[in-house]
Amino acid sequence: MAQDQRRQASQQRDDDPHIPDPLPEGTPAPGSAAAQTSDLDSLLDEIDDVLEVNAEEFVQGFVQKGGQ
Amino acid sequence: MSLIPEALAAKFPADRPTVGYGVHRVVGLETEFGIHAPAHPEASHSVMSLELINAYGHKLAQQGTNVASTEWDYNEESPLSDARGWQMPRSIAHPTQLTDQTLVTADGQDVHMLVNLILPNGARFYVDHAHPEYSAPETTNPLDAVIWDQAGDRIAQQAAEHIASQDGAAQILLYKNNTDSKSVSYGAHENYLVARDLDFTELAEHLLGFFTTRQIITGAGRVGIGNLNQRPGFQISQRADFFEEEIGLETTIRRPIVNTRDEPHAQPETYRRLHVIIGDANLSQYSTWLRIGMTSLVLSMIELGELPMVELAEPVQALQDISHDPTLQTSVLVNGRGWMTPIDIQRIYQQAAQAYLDRYDIDDAQSQDVVTAWADVLDLLEHDPAQLADRLDWVAKYQLLNGMRTRHNLQWGDAKLAMLDLQWADLRQDKGLYYTLVARGAMRTLVTDAQINHAMHMPPSTTRAWTRGRLIDRFGAHLAGVSWESVLVRPFRSGPLHRYHLLEPLAGAQQEDNALLAPEQPQLTLDDTPDNREEIAALLELLKPYRVTGRH
Repeated sequence: MAQDQRRQASQQRDDDPHIPDPLPEGTPAPGSAAAQTSDLDSLLDEIDDVLEVNAEEFVQGFVQKGGQ
Repeated sequence: MSLIPEALAAKFPADRPTVGYGVHRVVGLETEFGIHAPAHPEASHSVMSLELINAYGHKLAQQGTNVASTEWDYNEESPLSDARGWQMPRSIAHPTQLTDQTLVTADGQDVHMLVNLILPNGARFYVDHAHPEYSAPETTNPLDAVIWDQAGDRIAQQAAEHIASQDGAAQILLYKNNTDSKSVSYGAHENYLVARDLDFTELAEHLLGFFTTRQIITGAGRVGIGNLNQRPGFQISQRADFFEEEIGLETTIRRPIVNTRDEPHAQPETYRRLHVIIGDANLSQYSTWLRIGMTSLVLSMIELGELPMVELAEPVQALQDISHDPTLQTSVLVNGRGWMTPIDIQRIYQQAAQAYLDRYDIDDAQSQDVVTAWADVLDLLEHDPAQLADRLDWVAKYQLLNGMRTRHNLQWGDAKLAMLDLQWADLRQDKGLYYTLVARGAMRTLVTDAQINHAMHMPPSTTRAWTRGRLIDRFGAHLAGVSWESVLVRPFRSGPLHRYHLLEPLAGAQQEDNALLAPEQPQLTLDDTPDNREEIAALLELLKPYRVTGRH
């Protein structure tokens, strides 16, 4: 939910550069190094959750036949 | 017929035939999907692909939607609407049968497998050797090309989910990528119609420089270097290591940067179909949009003779050197211009495109958006490429890979990174990493879910795909054959077939005078009723301009 709201806010800012960020104090400004790191951390958490656990076996097994 | 507004056409040099302008051109994308049954390593890829295509036919039939189809033994005289009804092949319930080349039912009957579907959205969904392939219907601009390309991803995934919904079915997974990173590559081709009278050598010489360098924007990213994955590492393109020639006819061996296949599926005296085999399959809408938009602009300039020549000394070597350097610092030798980075070379094309649009006052939104985005992307690639992680496939993938390497202290050869590369292209919305990023708002999108879902069932309104798709939906029972450029109509249950050729791709678009094909009208049965007779008479009248008579 929080991400959806953030996305909406960021879309509004894209539409109108004069809309100030409605973020509470202490939140890193979007685009700042701190915000990017925190976004990426949370993204990597999600990737870690969704990534196949048996990577070695899965990747080995993914064999394709010839194509164009 | 022409896409080019008359006032604009009047400004173009008379001795340079053109069939497009700005980013506007007849274009269609093809995707060969990777197909994989993790629990059944012995499964035949051809059989799995057949099952997938047939499962989609079955799904549409269950919904009461018409689809056109042909069997292995293509016979134009055979009824297209499958009179037997669609059966789910037995092997889906018995995964061990996935290894069989000929499928039989429990009682020993051959299973009729259809290799080729033409869908109500005007696309072709079929088996191409060992891969399922979706060939999108003809569109006329980059945004529409994105919409009908992504509709194909959803169609393929729905087919896989339909198989999964059957008791005991094998899990079949689909990937929109271009290599198994072992030794095999499969394509994501683009098709552009260009003027027949354009000299092909001139076209090919221009395209070598453009295709070799556009990957810095359109690449999908790959873990592993070399066609046999000989070295660990990351590279920009999925396809670069599988190309060996500059210009040639082959598509499966000794692949050329510029492919010479010439089968226009359109008036051959007017059009050539440029078959582009070098592109990566993009998940990112932005990457796909720029791939089509930039290439369309370049083709428009080549047709007019207004593109500066960039002649690479060693195109194949340059293709691989550029792909292997995600820092984009590698320079390649350009005859007469010296050593240049791919960003420098792409700037020549982008600046020429801007000058071309300015010179002819081509100010429509799509052309302007592409040329502006192209410039912005080149600036960011030069100064802060990480900012493009929300737009370009390879940059987004590279950012995830680097994040994982740091977090888990991984070497490039680690299977976890190869898994991430593969799963980026997984078509399951809840597993595919591209879709994960979109759901988080971390990848920009250019079109809506509603537009893509609509395009799964409805053809583009601006080309003959409209007539093809709408005919299938409404008059499917009366069709005996459908291809890109022809339709075989069976007016009544018995009686002669009528053949029609739609050789002009811009004819048959949605118009007031073909309201007969408008959506939301009931499907016509084969029953010989007065109402049906009237509808069929109207259909034959509508198609009259395309009628082919006599022997063929």
